[in-house]
Amino acid sequence: MSSSTTLLPPRHYLNNGYGIKSWLLTRDHKRIALLYLAGVTFFFFLGGAFAVMIRLELATPAGDLMTDDTYNKMFTMHGVMMVFFFLIPAIPGVLGNFFIPIMIGAKDLAFPKLNLASWYIFMIGAAFTTYAVVTGGLDTGWTFYTPFSTASSTSAVVPAALGIFINGFSGILTGLNFIVTIHRMRAPGMTWFRLPLFVWSHYATSLIMVLGTPVLAITIVLVAAERIFSFGIFDPTRGGDPVLFQHLFWFYSHPAVYIMVLPAMGVISELIAAFCRKQVFGYTFVAFASLGIAILGFLVWGHHMFVAGQSVYAALIFSILSFLVAIPSAVKVFNWTATMYKGSISWETPMLYAIGFIGLFTIGGLTGLFLAAVGLDIHVTDTYFIVAHFHYIMVGGTIMAYLGGLHYWWPKIAGRTYNELLAKVSAAIIFFGFNLTFFPQFIVGYLGMPRRYHTYPPEFQVLNVLSSAGASILGIGYLLPMCYLAWSLRYGKLAGSNPWGAVGLEWTTTSPPPTDNFTETPVVTWDAYEYPTRVEGHVA
Amino acid sequence: MASHVDALYFFLIGLTAFFSMLIAGTIVFYAVKFRRRSPDSVGARIEGGLVLELTWSIIPFFIVLFIFGWGARVFFAMSRPPEETLNVYVVGKQWMWKFQHLNGQREINELHVPVGRAVKLIMTSEDVIHDVFVPAFRVKADVIPGRYTHLWFQPTKPGRYHLFCAEYCGTKHSGMVGQVVVQEPDEYEAWLATGRAEGSLASAGGKLFQDLACNTCHRPDAQGRGPILQGLYGKTITLASGERQVVDEAYLRESILNPGEKVTQGFQPVMPAYQGLVTEDGVLQLIEYVKSLQSGALTAPLRPATGGPAAGETRPARGNEVR
Repeated sequence: MSSSTTLLPPRHYLNNGYGIKSWLLTRDHKRIALLYLAGVTFFFFLGGAFAVMIRLELATPAGDLMTDDTYNKMFTMHGVMMVFFFLIPAIPGVLGNFFIPIMIGAKDLAFPKLNLASWYIFMIGAAFTTYAVVTGGLDTGWTFYTPFSTASSTSAVVPAALGIFINGFSGILTGLNFIVTIHRMRAPGMTWFRLPLFVWSHYATSLIMVLGTPVLAITIVLVAAERIFSFGIFDPTRGGDPVLFQHLFWFYSHPAVYIMVLPAMGVISELIAAFCRKQVFGYTFVAFASLGIAILGFLVWGHHMFVAGQSVYAALIFSILSFLVAIPSAVKVFNWTATMYKGSISWETPMLYAIGFIGLFTIGGLTGLFLAAVGLDIHVTDTYFIVAHFHYIMVGGTIMAYLGGLHYWWPKIAGRTYNELLAKVSAAIIFFGFNLTFFPQFIVGYLGMPRRYHTYPPEFQVLNVLSSAGASILGIGYLLPMCYLAWSLRYGKLAGSNPWGAVGLEWTTTSPPPTDNFTETPVVTWDAYEYPTRVEGHVA
Repeated sequence: MASHVDALYFFLIGLTAFFSMLIAGTIVFYAVKFRRRSPDSVGARIEGGLVLELTWSIIPFFIVLFIFGWGARVFFAMSRPPEETLNVYVVGKQWMWKFQHLNGQREINELHVPVGRAVKLIMTSEDVIHDVFVPAFRVKADVIPGRYTHLWFQPTKPGRYHLFCAEYCGTKHSGMVGQVVVQEPDEYEAWLATGRAEGSLASAGGKLFQDLACNTCHRPDAQGRGPILQGLYGKTITLASGERQVVDEAYLRESILNPGEKVTQGFQPVMPAYQGLVTEDGVLQLIEYVKSLQSGALTAPLRPATGGPAAGETRPARGNEVR
């Protein structure tokens, strides 16, 4: 346990070069993580701007703010930006990139140049998709369902799809880099079962990225081929099968849900352990639950297609497999809760996010049971119930965890701390705004309001107004952290190497860490989250 | 049907509320009870417990198994229409719903049905994927180009109910809405009668059958170059490949649009493909015409458009319920 210092270390990764080249040509995983941070933050607010337009339009039943085509582009681009350029890369690209090497006691990822290439590929992919957004937009929904996307839509399908195709390689390469790093770069004594659970969850995520993303890439190529060369793959008038697309798409995109949520679960394990100063209850169960989710996640894609003319028996098999995924997820929630028992719990901002995550993820997960039950899914699928469900997982889960992790590790990343009061207020605003936005959508969905509707019957208005009001609160909640975190970069109090009194290799090195992470390679003789009997010299 | 779906829904609401409260309550209780009392204190050393892990794996396992069984039961009931149904053909296109009743009555974005009768929709799309969703009946099914999908419901109360397109289909997706008008049987009969002048769906199909010169090869005697169609619907035939094939709506559709695909044993693949030459509405009329051709149909080539509640009934064929 190193003691807090009140001075910045003389040499660290942030002052190792100042020019633009020192950033754009860096091979330091920490600087690349900050490049990702800049990228995903931009796309988060771009995707968020589309969400604001959607909620403004839906404040009234009539289509009075924009035309139907514009509205269709708004929800499509909201989905595309958020899924492919924020949710998938955010936690692995920023927090995983920065902390996996430090947490396992390595100097860098296994392939530093490849890591930089991943960021460039991500940005090039994003540029193509943004080009599509600027030149006419995209109106297929983020799901690109055929034959609409291949035979009917007149929007910029090919450049947008090309961007997503290119971006896929970024995920594949990041996944490969993580897998090799975790296998080969662990410090002496850092055995598999001493790895922080954040590393385990990224290992599981990387497996999905490497195995699943190529299927998406192939599917997108087929869509582009049908659009450009009129091949009969998905379009029935040319002998294709439109439902085949849905199989291929969801074979990737359901596992992709776990690409988005597993790293978040890893963050939560770290936060709960650090703010309870306690080992995560049932470490091995939580670690294997990640792998269990990753494997089962590949077997449940058909639950997106219960109303798409699937046979009764196929539907039942996908239904029961989907129910089985609930078990490892439930195991995690129970273990996190049990970890708090007899902990030394502090209520600092990251812990508030962690607690918020558990509550919202529990609701998101349990409403997943509604959708796995075929007889009930028939009614609620393609309605706002689905929209509410996946926002509870993606926003209430992944974004809460991302923000929690960002606050937890910010003192390490920046070397300075943010305003704790402001941070707590923001966390509360986000929690309240989130629930006000998305809870009414469960109800309006059950009442029958279909998703992706530009106009709607007037009886749904009250719930939509609540939702839009919540969105405006949520928007403010998201802008605040960007402001005070940026402010802290220059004016924040110096953090010292271990402001939380947490264990883990990242807290043994300076804040910010040196370019090589450690002055000498650490030798690990303790288990993950193994706390001494008291945290010495910690006066927070 | 709606009450079955709702029972499961409210059970799950209860379950969700129970577990959410349990988890949230426990977290808040622990967060207060075990709050940090001095800055250097740490938590107790507890690694885990096998008994607890097994408990909270096995209990949820049985709970989800139970929900699965319940959901499957509701689903089975939904996907099996009764023997006798009132059939209506549905064609979706960007951005409207076209309904064809068996007696020839047609309507757009409105579907009239009588109260208390099981109604089966046989649906296809002219362009992209759409979806018929009637929230009040808790039913929904995609409408897919190149295929027939089915959906059935039994309205219990007269009234007007929302019908939404629930699969995103482009510009006016949210305008592709209509109403199911559920009427008392006599009102419904009166409404149905207003459209009888045009003749039944089967007779329209019969006219199309002659216009397209189908009758030159498909003759009621054994002299034609194509198979005899009388009494064919619902039978199982043998294809040139030796495979068995149930003659259902999907097979008839394929054999009109792309006849070379599954040729009946003993016949030459000489029929031209009608893909692009017949509209989806026309295909449905032809199918209804073929269905109306009973064995020994020389005496009764077309089913007369009679009045009474039996007017719209068809004999469901075994094996055509594979969705």
